This record gives sequence, C-alpha cells and structure tokens, in this order.
Amino acid sequence: MRIVVDLNRCQGYGQCVYLAHEVFRLSGQEALTYEPNPDEEQRLHVERAAAACPVQAIVLDRLDGTEGSTTP
Amino acid sequence: MTLPATVAELVREFRASGRIVIVGASLAGLRAAEALREAGFTGSLTVIGDEPYEPYDRPPLSKQVLKGWVAADHTKLPRMREVDAEWRLGVAATGLDRAAKQVCLADGERVPYDRLLIATGTRARQWPNAAEAALHGVHTIRSREDAAALQKELAASPSRVLVIGAGFIGSEVASVCRELGLPVTVVERGAAPLVGALGGVIGEIAAQLQRDHGVDLRCGLGVSSLEGDSGGHVRQARLSDGSTVDADVVVASLGSIRNVEWLEGSGLASGFWGLGCDAGGRAFDINGVVTDSVYVAGDVARAPHVLYEYQFLAMEHWDNAVLGAEVAAHNMVNLEPRYRPHLLLPGFWSGQFGVNIKSVGVPPFGDEIVFTQGSVAERRFAAAYGRRGRIVAAVAFDHGKWLEYYGQLIERSGPFPPPPPGWDQPSDSKPMPAEFPARGAPGAAPDVVLTGHDPSERTAEFRPRRR
Repeated sequence: MRIVVDLNRCQGYGQCVYLAHEVFRLSGQEALTYEPNPDEEQRLHVERAAAACPVQAIVLDRLDGTEGSTTP
Repeated sequence: MTLPATVAELVREFRASGRIVIVGASLAGLRAAEALREAGFTGSLTVIGDEPYEPYDRPPLSKQVLKGWVAADHTKLPRMREVDAEWRLGVAATGLDRAAKQVCLADGERVPYDRLLIATGTRARQWPNAAEAALHGVHTIRSREDAAALQKELAASPSRVLVIGAGFIGSEVASVCRELGLPVTVVERGAAPLVGALGGVIGEIAAQLQRDHGVDLRCGLGVSSLEGDSGGHVRQARLSDGSTVDADVVVASLGSIRNVEWLEGSGLASGFWGLGCDAGGRAFDINGVVTDSVYVAGDVARAPHVLYEYQFLAMEHWDNAVLGAEVAAHNMVNLEPRYRPHLLLPGFWSGQFGVNIKSVGVPPFGDEIVFTQGSVAERRFAAAYGRRGRIVAAVAFDHGKWLEYYGQLIERSGPFPPPPPGWDQPSDSKPMPAEFPARGAPGAAPDVVLTGHDPSERTAEFRPRRR
C-alpha cells in the first residue's frame, strides 16, 4: 500500500507510532519518519493510525495501487 | 447565441474534449492531473516525465531511504483518484513550440496541446568540476537512483563522508551518517548551516547541534578540489584554506537548478529563478504578459506573493507543489471570475539530528528574529522573524504544535515582535538581527533587451551576456 504524511500538518503526537510501529517512527521528540509503501499486511494498522491522527496528516492511497501497480 | 453563452459553451467543450499536456511527472504533475479530472475535465491528458518511474515522493530520500530503513523504490506517491492519462515516462521534454502549441520530446515526437502545465521542478546542482564530479564516490541527491546509489555506499562503512554544503539536504545527509555511526565532515561556505534559509542566529544553533552529534563541521570554507586514486575513486578533498580531508564518499549538496533549459526560445519568462507566473499559475511570456494557455506549478514556478510585498517567490516546498498544482489545474478548466489564487503561506520541515525543524512564512524576508517560546539550550523553541514591525515568518525546533499560532499572525500581518502566546516564554525575548547573508546574484543570467521601434513590434528577448 501507499501512504504519504503531510509533515507540514504533522505535529508529532505519535499516535501513529503507537498504532503502527512498523510503519511510523519518531526520531527524537517530534520528527516523524515512516515507510511510504508498507506491506499490505500493515493495512489495518495503518488505517487505524490514519483514523487516529489528531491532525489528519496521513494520506492513504484511494486506488489501493490498482492503477499504479503497473507502470503507468 | 449571446456572447456569455458562447463562452460558457467553449469552456464546456474544452472540458469535454480539450487536450491538456502536463510536463513533469512528480508530485505537482500528479496532483494536477488528479485535480483536472476532479474538476470534470474529460478530454485527453498526457503526462510527460524524464524519469522512467511513476510519481514518487522525494523528502524521504535524504532521510529514511539513505538510512537504509526504506527501499529507494518505496516512496511511490498514493493516488487520490484515477487520472486516465497517457503517461510518457522516461522521455524528457526538450522544447516548446508555442506557435504550433506542441511540446517536443527527446525521442523526436511532438505532443500537441490546447493547454499546457509546466511542472518540471528542479535538479541537483552538480559538483562544478566535471572530471572530479565523475569520480566514483561523488554524489548528489535528488532522484531515487541518487538515493539508492548513495545508500549503498553508506552501508558499506566508508572511512569518512564529506558533505559539501550545509543547507537542509546536506545537513540531513550528515545526520543520517551520524545515525549510521559514520565519521562525517561538513564543509560550508557560509558562516553556519542553514543560514540561507533561516539566518545566522538559527544557523549558530544548528552548528552546535551538528557538533554535539559528532559532525566535523567546517564553516567559512569551500572545497577547492577533489582528488581520486588510480582507480578513479575519490579519496581526498582540498579545502580553500589549504587543508585536506580524507573521504571516500563525497556528497555535493549545493542547492538546486530549475529545469527551464527546455523552454529556451519559447518566449516565456523563464530563467535562473524559475518560470514567472501570476498567482493563479498562468505563465508570463518574455514581455511580462500573462499567457492564456501555459500554466506552471511546483518548484519551477515563481509568482508574486500578496503577503510579501507582491515579490516574485519560488517556493521549493512540498505543500507548494500540491496546492500550486491544484490551483493551476482548477484555473486551466475555468474562466474568470472562477479563477482561484494560490495564496499559500509557505511551510517546510526537516528532521535532522533528532530534532524536527519546521518553519512557516518566508524567513529570509525578515531581518530581525526574536525567541518567543521554549529554550534554546534545550533545542526546543519557537522564534519569529520580522520586518518593519510585522511578523513575516517563524521557525520551530521540536515546537511544531505552535506554528499554527504564528502562521495565523503572519496571515493577519500581525505585529513584530508578536504578542506572547502566553505559555513557555523564554527569559530573554528581545529582537535581534536575524543575520541573513546578502542574496547572491546569478552569474550566467542573460541580459533581457527590448527590440523594435514601432509599438506593435516592441518585444523583449534574451541575449547571452557579453564578456
């Protein structure tokens, strides 16, 4: 799956790290890093993280990679 | 049919069956394509990109990808909707024929358009000595291939990494090196890291941050030459003070160059600073007259900004690519009075040495700075930039939650120094000079000359600068 985090919006609450720790990490207190194309098996965790983000900074692929899965 | 009805019919017809070409298949190009479809454009859409990959996100490349956590091909951008476009990837646009309304491609093909969006972005400035730049171990970082190649070398435990230039990318690379336990030397021509973007006061804090993390930081120096071994692998750098640094990986982070060369001869207002456009994304021609059919978005665009004395600003930021693309796309399929302006309050972020550095506004527009919250000693603070008694920008180190407060003040042209947010105030909050270096002038910019005597013949043209 594909995600992108709007890091202008992100305020480092860290809810995503708690809910999907294999996909999101904090470097220090506030700097978020993440795996932009996590394995499909992470989907439930990532969707929970996106729903829990207090500033709604996590953007999920709305096509589930259907179009992008082959080279456009 | 009345004139308004005829115009409305033309717009409907264009939306239904017009031809739109987007040059640039990265963040801005993708989001523009999606926004065009979202706005009801059902005509033909072609997206041209010089890289052979579908649109991917670049910010992770200098961070989690270099570190080796995320694979370089794992930053493909999520899609917001189907775009049903013809993707011409791996082939660069090499020219623009505005009279024939065609984009010329590197493979010789010409792609016709009714409306064109230019989103060709920037590329990394290469090490200026071509022979030295070709040495194995000398890198720049902009594309995913760049990141993959550099990551591989960092993973092979080089004896030392030399980073030339301590802007955001250079500082992030140095940070990753230290996280990987690699010795790293950073050579910066300016007085401190990040001075161009954030000024000398913040730069000094960034310098201390680097040194505390074990970076061998050398400011006020340049690299005069790079030397390789007999196998053509870089081994040493000579600095402007005559000293040498032994390193087997060199990262040149010398800033970016706007991808405008392909527009040469097209009669558009393109050059060193980017392609000029109005705040609605409509490109200016060389005479400074707005065009009807050429639009521009992303890193390559420069437009007058209401909040900054209507000066032309190029904003090489992620949100500028997204929102600028959406505005340009909207305006491509609408007419006055439905035009939308791109009135972004610019913002950016950079994670380095465990600190989240974020900014809103345009810091170099200010000449004073005041620390408004937190503690510099703990590297957890917010500071505001001012000019002539009003707030124009703010920066935060691990204090991102507060940027919205400053952003609202900037949007309202609030006073500088800003009213205290009433929490976490530092003991000393006196404004001081922000210490931005003088803005350099481009060396190779062509002259613009006026030709023609009759008013109907008057026109501007670019001429190479005479020696």
